[in-house]
Amino acid sequence: MKAAVVVFPGSNCDHDTYHVLKHVLGAETRFLWHGDRDCRGFDLIVLPGGFSYGDYLRTGAIARFSPVMEGVRAFAAQGGFVLGICNGFQILQEAGLLPGAMLRNRGLKFICRHVHIRVERAVPFSRAYAAGDVLRIPIAHNEGNFYAPPEDIDRLERNGQVLFRYCSPAGELTDQWNPNGSLHNIAGVMNEGQNVMGMMPHPERASESSLGSEDGKRLFLSLLEAVKDRAGAR
Amino acid sequence: MMVRIFVTLKPSVLDPQGMTLQKALSTMGYKQAQEVRQGKYFEIRWEGGLRSPDERAEVETIAARVLSNPVIESYRIEWPAEG
Repeated sequence: MKAAVVVFPGSNCDHDTYHVLKHVLGAETRFLWHGDRDCRGFDLIVLPGGFSYGDYLRTGAIARFSPVMEGVRAFAAQGGFVLGICNGFQILQEAGLLPGAMLRNRGLKFICRHVHIRVERAVPFSRAYAAGDVLRIPIAHNEGNFYAPPEDIDRLERNGQVLFRYCSPAGELTDQWNPNGSLHNIAGVMNEGQNVMGMMPHPERASESSLGSEDGKRLFLSLLEAVKDRAGAR
Repeated sequence: MMVRIFVTLKPSVLDPQGMTLQKALSTMGYKQAQEVRQGKYFEIRWEGGLRSPDERAEVETIAARVLSNPVIESYRIEWPAEG
């Protein structure tokens, strides 16, 4: 698998993500600069977490106009895998590649702690998990309160585009275990083509036992397998 | 010419910041402040008179595509007074 991690001014999870892809998974990985337009030749492009452009205006609002996003858009249109983590998710929403928008957390606090999320489906992004698996994985955000108009939420649910939901350690979806007020406890969604996915929790911070959880590692392994399958089918 | 743009959350979207402000005002005794909605205000100094439809369309595009997120926000443009 050839993976790229995009670096925007203000990205701060770029090196963590690069480390997991390259050293934990052993994938061929390189950084893409926000000024690069050419995203060809990769199997996976990751938009990492951070505070691109200082979160000025709205989270992800300025990064989405970076030259690299033209390349990411073309790459996604051709079916390439695009993963947005935290700020990367917000950028993909601003770019219109993923549905919804993030409001400020309902408690008005930046939340940085481990939460539990439930895997809703086994798709290319999650094939190394089983539907219903509960992951312990950290979040770190101020704007993670997923919102979309009711008709859009209905469509997301009907299409099975919700991949992760905040839940209790036993997998129950109650408001008590919803850290930020997200509608339908949504923590991660896909586009209709299921090749673009955004999630607020940080799988790259939960991919080594020394960090207290390896629950995020299988997300990257899922992509590794999915890419391998695609190559085999060619 | 100066054009002013106001961006606010749509009425259907909950505004946690505005609600917190309203509660604080109520605690301070301003009981008539029943609802507070927080928004953003932009001033753009524009080279040109902002009279032609093309110029105005450009400002509309900036407000709709950049300054606001149509999923959660709406905008209002205050054009400079004629004359």
